[in-house]
Amino acid sequence: MVTEKNMRIYYYKGSVVIFGLLFPFIMFLTFFIGRNLDLVLFFPGFLGMMLFFSSSSTGPLITPWEKREKTYERLLSLPVILESVILGDILAGAVFGMVITTIVWIAATFLLHLSLMHAGVLVVALVLGAFVFAALGTLLSSPAMSNPSNVMMLSSLIRIPLIFASGIFIPLSQLSGWEWIVTSLSPLTYLVDLFHGGINGDAVYPAYIDVIVLLIVILLFIGGAKLIQQRNLMKGT
Amino acid sequence: MEVIEADRLCKSFGPVRAVDEVSISVKEGEIFGFLGPNGAGKTTTIRMLTGVLTPDSGSARICGIDIHRDPLAAKLKMGVIPENGTVYSDLTAEQNILWTAKFYGMERIPARNRAEEILACLGLTERRNDIVRTFSKGMRQRISIACAIVHSPPVLFLDEPTGGLDVYSRRLVVDTVRDMNEGGSTVLLTTHNIEEANELCTTVNIINRGKIVATGSPEKLRKRFDTTKYVEVAFEQPVGRELFTDARITRAEARGDKWRLYMDDPDQAVKYLASLAEQKHLRILSIATSSPTLEEAFVQLTAGA
Repeated sequence: MVTEKNMRIYYYKGSVVIFGLLFPFIMFLTFFIGRNLDLVLFFPGFLGMMLFFSSSSTGPLITPWEKREKTYERLLSLPVILESVILGDILAGAVFGMVITTIVWIAATFLLHLSLMHAGVLVVALVLGAFVFAALGTLLSSPAMSNPSNVMMLSSLIRIPLIFASGIFIPLSQLSGWEWIVTSLSPLTYLVDLFHGGINGDAVYPAYIDVIVLLIVILLFIGGAKLIQQRNLMKGT
Repeated sequence: MEVIEADRLCKSFGPVRAVDEVSISVKEGEIFGFLGPNGAGKTTTIRMLTGVLTPDSGSARICGIDIHRDPLAAKLKMGVIPENGTVYSDLTAEQNILWTAKFYGMERIPARNRAEEILACLGLTERRNDIVRTFSKGMRQRISIACAIVHSPPVLFLDEPTGGLDVYSRRLVVDTVRDMNEGGSTVLLTTHNIEEANELCTTVNIINRGKIVATGSPEKLRKRFDTTKYVEVAFEQPVGRELFTDARITRAEARGDKWRLYMDDPDQAVKYLASLAEQKHLRILSIATSSPTLEEAFVQLTAGA
């Protein structure tokens, strides 16, 4: 029910369209146009970026928007527990990310005649990645802010650097030393690696490592969001 | 039977003690008014009673269910109209009501029938498919009420339900609250509108600086200050305070074109004013003795807030 409400209200908001749809396309075109790069090689990275931005675009908007409109209090007074509200927000972001990314993948597969090495790995990547970054979006919206633009700014400050440390623009196999260490800290790295494994069959890490890391990150993000929102309820913010 | 019980609820925001050991007990079928000036702790108390805010200490029970131990079961028993009557502006009137009904486990067809019935009662049938963003404040408040009563809750919480509403919307809200109460719902409402509390409530709690300063029926509270009767007089000619020099007058207050004079014996006051008018060649336009209203009891109890 929380997800249904979020889908009806927030999918059409300007910031979701800009940060969730246009931004990843623009980022990729900026990097790709004018350079003689192999699109097939870079497509898993683009798909990862698409899923990352689209899944994490609704989360930062929902709670601050509802706090500003004062509907958050109405929601909490309904027979619903905080965990359901958080999961409802995450699910809305994840569904948005999965639908948009699937459309992009289908279109690109037909247009570019892309290969599909492991359909199962691709599906797992799509689902796990959507939940990881939707949870990130919800985590970012959890601090007591009632101005959506402040949260969008904060989320951009965190999201944009992540795409440069995730093996999207430089393949993981070409990284070494501190670049490798920094990249290993980004959850986006493991998603892009899973996409590489599913589409081109050229993953660097074994698929189970990517899956375990993404599962741990989901739990950390959900736990963090719950902790912060519980604290907000105590503080009345 | 007590339907709403709060036992020594406390809440602080930083150094500010917003609610200080508030205990209330509301019997089934009552309309209970929570009165207080702005910042007195009314909304904080209602937020703790409805499970929106966690208290620092104390407990609250709705129909015998602890709201913080079993929030889902307790919330199923209540309908809440938060301050400012917030509803989702991007949904239609009907979508807001049907979406809320789902949380209470209502099936689609009964929910739709109930929504139709409430929208008709609140005069919003024709606007049912309009986006709430286009509604006036009064209409939004009516939708907020519709959402709160869609499941016919045994307990209804209303936080400043008529604040800033026009006369028509206010009347609709008051009538709906009364209808719900007659239908069996117990109502707790916060307000700083004394007239509204006097008109609606069977019991009133007055809260000031986080503490309950008085409890009772509106009439009992008013009676507590009954000793301070006054006489209100209007002269044809304008007069100043210096006119009222008699030692028996304990206080003289200008009220528009009238003077309000406080004396221990209003009968003496009337006789005094009549002789005064004759001596000073003044013409009395009106004269009346009055007892304090609930508003005056409220002002005296919350003085300095």
